[in-house]
Amino acid sequence: MTLWLLLAINSITLGGLLFLLSAGFSLIFGLMRIPNLTHGSFFMLGAYLGVSFLDAGLGFWTAALASAVAMATIGGLIERLLLRRLQGNALAQVLVTLGLSFMIADICLMIWTGDPVQIVTPPALRGVVPIASVVFPAYRLAIALIAVVIAGMLWLMLDRTRLGAMIRAGVDDAPMARVVGIRVGWLFSIIFCLGAGLAGIGGVMGAPILSVYPGLDSDMLPLALIVVILGGTGSLVGAFVGSFVVGFLYNFGQALFPELAYVILFLPMLAVLVIRPQGLFGRQA
Amino acid sequence: MTRRLTFALAVLVLATLPLWLANSYYVNIASQILIWAMLALALNVLAGYAGLVSLGHAGLFGMASYAAALSVAGGAGQLTAAAFALAATLAATVVFALLSLRSTGISFLMITLALGQILWGIAYRWISLTNGDNGINLPSRPAPFGISLESPQAFYLATLAAFLVVVTAMEIFVASPFGASLCGTRDQPRRMTALGYHVWLIRFLAFLFSGLVAGIAGLFFLYYDKFVSPHALSLATSAEALLMVISGGTGTLIGPIAGAALVVVMKYVASAYIERWNLVLGAIFVAIVLFMPEGLVPGMLRLWRAARRARRARAAAAHLG
Repeated sequence: MTLWLLLAINSITLGGLLFLLSAGFSLIFGLMRIPNLTHGSFFMLGAYLGVSFLDAGLGFWTAALASAVAMATIGGLIERLLLRRLQGNALAQVLVTLGLSFMIADICLMIWTGDPVQIVTPPALRGVVPIASVVFPAYRLAIALIAVVIAGMLWLMLDRTRLGAMIRAGVDDAPMARVVGIRVGWLFSIIFCLGAGLAGIGGVMGAPILSVYPGLDSDMLPLALIVVILGGTGSLVGAFVGSFVVGFLYNFGQALFPELAYVILFLPMLAVLVIRPQGLFGRQA
Repeated sequence: MTRRLTFALAVLVLATLPLWLANSYYVNIASQILIWAMLALALNVLAGYAGLVSLGHAGLFGMASYAAALSVAGGAGQLTAAAFALAATLAATVVFALLSLRSTGISFLMITLALGQILWGIAYRWISLTNGDNGINLPSRPAPFGISLESPQAFYLATLAAFLVVVTAMEIFVASPFGASLCGTRDQPRRMTALGYHVWLIRFLAFLFSGLVAGIAGLFFLYYDKFVSPHALSLATSAEALLMVISGGTGTLIGPIAGAALVVVMKYVASAYIERWNLVLGAIFVAIVLFMPEGLVPGMLRLWRAARRARRARAAAAHLG
């Protein structure tokens, strides 16, 4: 019983982290029509930056925010300086993000060496929270809570603000959005900054649980890929549902069939591809 | 005529390579170039002629290596193991093709990437079968017709023989009506459909061909190292193969071969001076895509011509002014 509960809590935590990672990935995919293969690297680099900010004496949450700002800047620079030059050539853009992911991975290895780094859980959240005679680790609950709050904020932004309406228009039909006077180029930059920042904050928040190590990027990127294929590109609800589905599949798969955890993770994705190629919450292209 | 002569001359040079490369270190590098060139040629069938960029080919490549190594470890003979490995790779290719050919372009790339990652995950995590990160050793190289391939020279010649078979098959494929129709599906899929061609079937068959050649490359990769680890199936391997194809120039036969030579040599040279191969790989990738999307050789020519034109324009301006 407690094992199942523990697994469920871990699944929810991983789902929350995955949402922070894949919300941006999904929006970038929806708007720019490219899978940003540096997204896993954003997550890892964000986590490493968080490590350095903590070493510099910042508190946990300030470090997470600083890392998010740094990642947003880096993401914006990549979009402005590299991807913009290749506008209209999706394949070239994907290849550039692939090349960048190798560079970032190697630079991280150079700066932070190959040893895994663990960030300590912020002191205020080290305890447990008793809910209905069951105790939950406070930090894991906090992650899930923060993910839900950020999801809510993103939804409000997309659904209720002028910027969100412009983004939705861009996702639905970029050329038409341009015709009615929306500067889609600017949206690309904003979404890229937002996505990179969210991945960075996710990296720092995940570090006390996952720790930070070389290869974290290539562990996380396929997960984001699955989430987006499951949920449908450019759909926030899809990313949210997909994240938790993958979180559960990953943890339960690993506990029940440790050797085939990876296969179990990909099976629903394949099923969705065959039955509903646009994803559970995606719209028919 | 000149084309055939060049080809014969190239074969002659390649076949006598062990004679004038005294150091077996260089012979080994030559073998590696041929192996990677086979993988690049395989990927080029899809990325170049079909316009379908796959990021999962390392999965098929490593699948062949693992299947052969596992069946030898299970007591099978080398020939049976090789045949089984190619059959298994073809079976995996069928699954790859059925799932990924539902789409084209970026979605195709994503699905092949995900499928490649599944195979990588199996090699890495299914420890009781694949020995996980430690990989699998092959006790010895096969000895076809009783000829030992343990020496670098003998292995090089055997690899060259396979390579020439692959290149010849590619030549025939490209020149055939099927090759032409594949290019047609790349450039004008709708018109091809309207003309009565079965676009999906053409792509499917091309995928099978590509997977088979990737499997052959994977076999020789295993024989070369007598060892295979999950790294052979990683995204980095797929990306390297793709870099070979696009750096040499897609949709040509000589391009992927030149690209393979370039990347393998660069890898060896770079690793002699710096340990940051991935950084170099990534940087070259970005630079090629940004500045020479058509490939290194045509790209260099274009830049050189542009520079010359600019100089001439400046000279003319100076003359007038």
